[in-house]
Amino acid sequence: MQPQDFKSNDPIAWCPGCGNFGILTALQKALSKLDKAPKDILLVSGIGQAAKLPHYIKANCFNGLHGRALPVASAAKMVNPELSVIVSTGDGDCYGEGGNHFLHNIRRNIDITVIVHNNQIYGLTKGQASPTTDQGYNTKIQREGVILNRFNSLAVAIASGCGFVARGFSRQTDDLAELMVKAIKHRGFSLLEVMQPCVSFNKVNTYEWYAERLYKVEEDSSYNPKDMEAALIRSFEWGDKIPMGIIYHSETDTYQDRIGKDKNPFLNQNYNDISEILEDFV
Amino acid sequence: MIEELNIRITGEAGQGMNTIGVVISKTFKEAGYHIFSHQDYMSRIRGGNNFYQIRVSTDPVHSPRERIDILIPLTAEALKIHEKSLDEDNIAIVDKKRFNVENCENYFCIDFYNLADEAGGNDIYVNAVCAGTLAAISGIDMDIVRKVLSDIFSSKGNKIVSNNKKAAELGFHKTKDTFDTEKFQLKKGNKSPRYILTGKQAVGLGAISAGCKFYSAYPMSPSTGVMETVAQYAEKFGIMVEQAEDEIAAVNMVIGASACGVRSMVSTSGGGFALMGEGISLAGMTETPLVVGNFQRPGPATGFPTRTEQADLNLVLGAGHGEFAKVIYTPGTIEESFYLTKRAFNISEKYQIPVIILSDQFLADSARNIDKFDFDREAIERDYITAEEAKKIKDYKRYKLTSSGVSPRAVFSLIDEVIYLDSDEHTEEGHITEEAEIREAMVNKRYHKKMKSLIEEFIGPVVYKLEKAEKVFFCFGSIFPVLKESLESIDSNRLAMIHLPQVWPINKNKIISLIKNAKNVYTVENNAEGQLAKLLRRETGVEVNSSILKYDGRPFTLDELSAHISDVVKSK
Repeated sequence: MQPQDFKSNDPIAWCPGCGNFGILTALQKALSKLDKAPKDILLVSGIGQAAKLPHYIKANCFNGLHGRALPVASAAKMVNPELSVIVSTGDGDCYGEGGNHFLHNIRRNIDITVIVHNNQIYGLTKGQASPTTDQGYNTKIQREGVILNRFNSLAVAIASGCGFVARGFSRQTDDLAELMVKAIKHRGFSLLEVMQPCVSFNKVNTYEWYAERLYKVEEDSSYNPKDMEAALIRSFEWGDKIPMGIIYHSETDTYQDRIGKDKNPFLNQNYNDISEILEDFV
Repeated sequence: MIEELNIRITGEAGQGMNTIGVVISKTFKEAGYHIFSHQDYMSRIRGGNNFYQIRVSTDPVHSPRERIDILIPLTAEALKIHEKSLDEDNIAIVDKKRFNVENCENYFCIDFYNLADEAGGNDIYVNAVCAGTLAAISGIDMDIVRKVLSDIFSSKGNKIVSNNKKAAELGFHKTKDTFDTEKFQLKKGNKSPRYILTGKQAVGLGAISAGCKFYSAYPMSPSTGVMETVAQYAEKFGIMVEQAEDEIAAVNMVIGASACGVRSMVSTSGGGFALMGEGISLAGMTETPLVVGNFQRPGPATGFPTRTEQADLNLVLGAGHGEFAKVIYTPGTIEESFYLTKRAFNISEKYQIPVIILSDQFLADSARNIDKFDFDREAIERDYITAEEAKKIKDYKRYKLTSSGVSPRAVFSLIDEVIYLDSDEHTEEGHITEEAEIREAMVNKRYHKKMKSLIEEFIGPVVYKLEKAEKVFFCFGSIFPVLKESLESIDSNRLAMIHLPQVWPINKNKIISLIKNAKNVYTVENNAEGQLAKLLRRETGVEVNSSILKYDGRPFTLDELSAHISDVVKSK
């Protein structure tokens, strides 16, 4: 398969220069390396600019409600484990509206991949603070600057038992595609957060801003992504230097392993004769 | 000899009242009687006051009675609370010593806690003692009690079974020796229906029988019993049961599973249902089959968590923002709970819409003995493009415009093409659009066209004595059996009833033709507003003269409703 085999004919509605274009390119590249037909891939999204991405890819798509991509994606994987399920979500969709699902689906450790487009701003509603907006950032609503703590998604994910926690940059599409492939191949819930500038509403966290700060953790040859303590420390790094690459990686048994591999409701839709169990109600 | 016996067992939460209720229900059923039981319990795990009431009869019974014949208080406090329902015609069975009762003149005094201790060294055997006592009072053979105890406790080992049997025997003989048991001897029972089911079990079995393979919910009284029933048989039938982190997750998970072509269901109560509103709308927009059970309890907000009401009708009618087709079934009996759940799966899949089963705590927790279900009724009708059919399809469009409004539904990976499902307004391909023309066509598809067919699929109504009646009583849901029995007890050709097992959409012409000879129309409802009366006026133009309403969190009893109806009849 080639990346163009995963292009849909739906016209793209993002702003020119949007950081999402890099994510789209990287994902098409990553999907072409999976050895999977588009019909066996399901992209799930909620609402926001990130949620439009599945329309631009030739693969199955469920574009649902704001914040609710994860429950849809998890259930799809539960009933049809043969599907490769990838969520395309944003910082507002995943950490704000859908925060509870983020926590509990990490606990489920379902074998899905969650790609969070993090631009640290609400784009589709025109520039309000998101859970990842830095303190002090001014908006039309947060007029004196954001006063809430920045949500540290990577630290929360590691602490909640997520076995694959990574960060990428939408401008570096080759590296990003490689991270995506690894995230998808990871057995269990994988979180890949992609720093992705919003060219229309975020005038602080620009391409340049990220380019100056993001560095690859693997540049430090002693860094061991299996070391949870080291990963947690690294996940708190935010400011002049921001780590990217695979921050934490450790495989444990997945939801599917825990319930037994033979569970595949999609393939086992034999109809139920309840005459026998009715005798339990005698 | 009597034909009917009403027994109320009462005590604190945690005293095993459910077990004794089941033992007694099964004993009378095995002895050939019809039983109807209902539960009244508080939202606590220990303490308080709960009761389990069983109506035993030589004829079929479908509703609770106000009056009781035998009161079995398991604590002194319970005796005090329920003593006011005692008169010269009924009795309380009382442990004099345990309850510090001085005068046994008005009671059947029996030291059942001593007997429990003698049988098994534990208060819990008081349940079996009571079963023996009741058998003696009503003339049931002890062999039946022994068999029922064996059946119920066999999984707990021989010791527990023999202790229970001993306790029952002690209760039986002590009662025989101490009292004149003539008064409550039941006429011989004929063969009675074999199965005892609650409303929630019937919905759970209906779902399993309909081929449900994915069930997700957040625990909420009184709906949790449905999840328990499905979970009990999940392993056997390969059903995935997932407890969701909240109701929003539950409904979205069910939509996700259903979008994959797997029959799925979620249940909740009013508060959880309110949280699911957006999900119901999502199912309407994405045209994904969705089955939701709402087991009503009194609101607003937390309300009475363990009691009953029918006040969510408006909520359910308006569930989900925007306009789209949906169906609401309102089962009134154990049997309807089963068949309408099966139907909900078929209709939701055939029309790719949300279908809501609106029940309530009273129906969910009450039990009756019933005959075997007819498994061919509402038989499974799957409706999606199979892998074989998919091979012939080119340029598949998930939301293809058709005359019926229903587009052939392909599911992921069974077709070589990709499928786009979208909560935004979308094109036939499922991509986001803002075009006015497509918008109008899609609204017509999702609302007008589907509703047109759904009105033809309207089921019921169930009518009783409609021929010559001047006064017609409408009801929906769990009011049906108690209303029917009330009219039977009054036995007047002037009175009739119509039960709506489906309240949405309503087939206006059908309703109007049913009541063309009626002079007065009433509703009987477990809510304060008369929500059904307003729905009837809005949808059919029928003016309801007045409504008999109850909203204290308790169900109508037969005696209570009969009295209300007699009053209505008297007022010309």
